[in-house]
Amino acid sequence: MLVVTIFSGLIVFGMAFALFYKAWPILSTHPIGELLLSSSWRPTRGEFGLYPFIMGTLWVTILAMVLATPLCLLTSVYLAEYAPSRVRGIIKPMIDLLAGIPSVVYGMWGVLLVVPLIRDYVAPLVGATTTGYSVLAGGIVLAIMVFPIIISVSEEVIRAVPHEIREASFALGATKWQTVKHVVLRSSFPGIIAATILGFSRAFGETMAVLMVVGNVSKAPSSLFAPAYPLPALIANNYGEMLSVPLYDSALLLSALILLLVVLFFNVMARIVLSKIKKGFAIG
Amino acid sequence: MDKRKLEENFFKGLMMASTFIVVGSLFAVFAVVVWKGAPALNLSMITQTPKGGYYLGKEGGILNAIVGSLYLAGEATALAFVLSLPIALYLHEYAGNKMASFIRLSLDVSAGVPSIVYGAVCFTIMLSLRMRASLLWGIITVALFILPIMTRAMDEVVSMVPFKLKEASYALGATKLETMLKVVSKQALPGILTAVLLAFGRGIGDAASVLFTAGFTDSIPVSLFDPAATLPLAVFFQLGTPTPEVQQRAYASGVILLILVLSFSVASRLLTRKFSKFVVR
Repeated sequence: MLVVTIFSGLIVFGMAFALFYKAWPILSTHPIGELLLSSSWRPTRGEFGLYPFIMGTLWVTILAMVLATPLCLLTSVYLAEYAPSRVRGIIKPMIDLLAGIPSVVYGMWGVLLVVPLIRDYVAPLVGATTTGYSVLAGGIVLAIMVFPIIISVSEEVIRAVPHEIREASFALGATKWQTVKHVVLRSSFPGIIAATILGFSRAFGETMAVLMVVGNVSKAPSSLFAPAYPLPALIANNYGEMLSVPLYDSALLLSALILLLVVLFFNVMARIVLSKIKKGFAIG
Repeated sequence: MDKRKLEENFFKGLMMASTFIVVGSLFAVFAVVVWKGAPALNLSMITQTPKGGYYLGKEGGILNAIVGSLYLAGEATALAFVLSLPIALYLHEYAGNKMASFIRLSLDVSAGVPSIVYGAVCFTIMLSLRMRASLLWGIITVALFILPIMTRAMDEVVSMVPFKLKEASYALGATKLETMLKVVSKQALPGILTAVLLAFGRGIGDAASVLFTAGFTDSIPVSLFDPAATLPLAVFFQLGTPTPEVQQRAYASGVILLILVLSFSVASRLLTRKFSKFVVR
């Protein structure tokens, strides 16, 4: 039992080590600044600039968070504070169901609905022309995919706020919304941030759904209607082929390593905040 | 009207609107996928493997992918279960506080690692062992990927078992191991079941982790060393073809995948309810 437990604890370190080991050939021959900031991606000529892919990932992920965060926050406050328990009992399982839908199905939905919608209605509205396969499509699909994560975690932290401090606020004559705004949200703020970070890191690494709707053009996006090529899509589309090109696999595993490290960093922060909240709820 | 009341109502309206958008998007996903997929659904989709010229619009079905996915996710879940139950029990009963919280953090973080990274790492290991993409490697990858999810879910359940129950068992002279196997795991059974089915759902729905490791084939795998087709990849590949008939089938395959995942999710809820009557309260 000890052995499997330790093994499970070391998986993530093992993966990081394996990726670093495999990415070393390219790290030792190309300066890290060039790898991250150059936008020329020509593997056959030995040029591996990951900048367009990093920007693609950031655009799509940040857009998804901008769309998802306010909606999720309002929804979780509603579910935790306002909704009658019967309504909550219906909506919560539905949102959990949303979490179970496979990412390919989300991607298919994006191709069927979001992409044509953007091409035929949204883009002409602002005078842009696009194929629909764009940052915007990726952001919308991703936003919906992270709803369940952000809502379930932040609803939990909001409900964990002790009842006494709400009562104290009511006793001072505050309305329900004033209590929520000044008391509940303030004391659950770190938890809500943690929930958002968890959503962010999920969106950051999501592969298939995004790959299917963002267009995959290896150029840093310049607008919401431009196509993008995020890091996970780069790995998914190219790894396993063309491994005869020198350093190509090394470059792809470097992008996997970047993904892993970014997600690791955000996850560790979010988890530490959440476990502190769980241990003891500090007021003020 | 009172300004405070106005503000109250404004924000309450905003909250209800966003809840509506969130729930509405769930319906939108369902409605569009089913609406597009259902017309293309027929019996041969789920009873036949792809025949010659299938990807150009000729006859056949995706039985290979359905069976491949069930094999792959089923065996990966079994493998992950064998590992994660001891881990959950160990974390709870034997491990010191510091070690347990470190392992828990590490597992939580691993659960957040994108599945494509698991896929890439396992593919690298597979290549360095000079092996080819097969059902076996798909199982290993998916098992690794769902292990942290399953273990943490079980860990939560095991920690809910009341201490008094364990004390009662110790008082009867049971050892720690006996208590764990006969009391704790029985008490936690409904939750363990939920954890297993949750992990199964994640395993069967994930495409990125098996993209490199399981391969893809038109026949049903007969051994662990055969490549195996999976449903999510079947959806993905068929959607990528230029033939409209094949794209129609991709929609239908998406519906099949959705139905499969949701029925497991509903089944897990029902089973949990059924088994919870054996739980001592």
